[in-house]
Amino acid sequence: MSTPEPATPAALVFDDVSAVRGGRLVWSEGTFEIPEGSVTAIIGSNGSGKTTMLKVILGLVPTSSGRVEVLGHAPGEGPSSGRDDIGYVPQDYTSTAGDAIRARDAVLLGLTGNRWAFSRITREQRDQVERALAAVDATGFANRRVSQLSGGQRQRVAIAQAIVSRPRLVVLDEPLASLDLRNQREIVDLLGRLNKDLGVTILVVAHDLNPLLSVLDGAVYLLDGHAHHAPLSGVVDEELLSHLYGTRIEVVRTPQGEMFMRSV
Amino acid sequence: MRTVDLVTYQDNWWEILTSEFMRNALLGGTIVALAAGLIGYFVIVRNSAFAAHALAHIGLPGATGAVLIGIPVSLGLGIFAVGGALVIGALGKKAADREVATGTVLAFATGLGLYFNSLATKSSSTMTNVLFGNLLAITNEQLVVFAVMLLALAAAVGLIYRPLLFASVDSEVAEARGVPVRTLSVVFMALLGLVITMAVQVVGTLLLFALVVTPAATGIQLTPRPRRAMAVSAVISLVSVWAGLAFSAMLNLPPSFVVVTIACLVWLVVWLAARASHRAGGAIVGAPARATEEHPVHV
Repeated sequence: MSTPEPATPAALVFDDVSAVRGGRLVWSEGTFEIPEGSVTAIIGSNGSGKTTMLKVILGLVPTSSGRVEVLGHAPGEGPSSGRDDIGYVPQDYTSTAGDAIRARDAVLLGLTGNRWAFSRITREQRDQVERALAAVDATGFANRRVSQLSGGQRQRVAIAQAIVSRPRLVVLDEPLASLDLRNQREIVDLLGRLNKDLGVTILVVAHDLNPLLSVLDGAVYLLDGHAHHAPLSGVVDEELLSHLYGTRIEVVRTPQGEMFMRSV
Repeated sequence: MRTVDLVTYQDNWWEILTSEFMRNALLGGTIVALAAGLIGYFVIVRNSAFAAHALAHIGLPGATGAVLIGIPVSLGLGIFAVGGALVIGALGKKAADREVATGTVLAFATGLGLYFNSLATKSSSTMTNVLFGNLLAITNEQLVVFAVMLLALAAAVGLIYRPLLFASVDSEVAEARGVPVRTLSVVFMALLGLVITMAVQVVGTLLLFALVVTPAATGIQLTPRPRRAMAVSAVISLVSVWAGLAFSAMLNLPPSFVVVTIACLVWLVVWLAARASHRAGGAIVGAPARATEEHPVHV
């Protein structure tokens, strides 16, 4: 049951934001808005600061200038004390204690992990965990130890952990990077379903746009040390992409109306 | 060739077991076993077994140094163990480098402890007691301190249980969700320092791994449910202490030796059963855990 929030049309507002890591200006002049309910990629070449942008959004890294608004509040401050309105799926989800915890318990931590002192797990909370597991099709292996799951299965558990608290925004860092094609397809379809069925705004850091094209609405791109945003039609542009990745990119459109990029 | 009696049977072992010093040993051992059950689980989950081992050694110069300046041995031990714990906790995450640093400090600390011991004007058994424990000489004062430490530990763990579990299992996500991962790291290490201080007095620095870490590893092999694993681990530690004391009285053996042997045997049996069931394709128990590059060690 979500408490009524003042409606904000924008899930994310960046106003002339710049970020510094290790004394180096990573990117600057970030001014854009990302609407709620959209699926947006964050793209850029290696080292351009994609993960830094994620950390700024999560409130883990301060900005050196400018204003950031996430779901109507400052980064790192949720409506309740638990930052429950944003879900985070970090890169290469391998729980460090994968052998000592079941998938189900890992997901439960997404709901109870920031609560102090001992309290019983309620029926309602258990149901929320079941719904999250069902949403990612993980019910079948929910009782297995995380270390016994395949990469694709672990990724789904990580997503379930991120969505169990019914967040309005889910942020994923390279979720497809170490997955095979079939698992990539399944995760992308899952993200699309979460967006359509639960109305979740999705931000995905990606180094490859191709697998995401079917669900993307737009992208934030980090070019020449500046952060920009464009809808999908503006991003899938040979000149822009070639500039972004530093190599000649060709956009191929199939007769079926699909498109993909490749370097030539 | 002289024959050596490996084991001699004590006729009066029941009298020994029911004597007062044995009562203290049983009580002290019980309290420490319970504390080990609580903290051992997190030591494994946080891949801090080596840090736990190092802390025991870092306590040694505190103990032998305490003799030199006339403060209680357990106090000196505690100050060094908890102090070392706070330093390790504050050092942060990158443990691959930290293992070498920790090992180096461990070796230096042990040498320093030996040096302090050599300075003592009268010969004392402090160093042997710290290295191998002095279970049969637990005093009533020690019992009171142990009990207070156990209560403090239980209260602390009860307060931070879920955030600590979250921070231990998924530290990046926990941090993003507002869990104070660094602070919890330091708190955990301080609690570990306290348990180490207690455990050293029971089984000593060289053997406490088998009381604090091994039963927890066995518990996790048997069940992936955290609270059950903690309970199993506490039970194994308890059984090891009680059976260890009983057999040591019966057979005139050093108690910490028997305690540790039992804990190791239990671990071995479960470990072999896990491998056998793993090879047979079953999932009765979990696969043995390994630290790999994907699984960063963090304190």
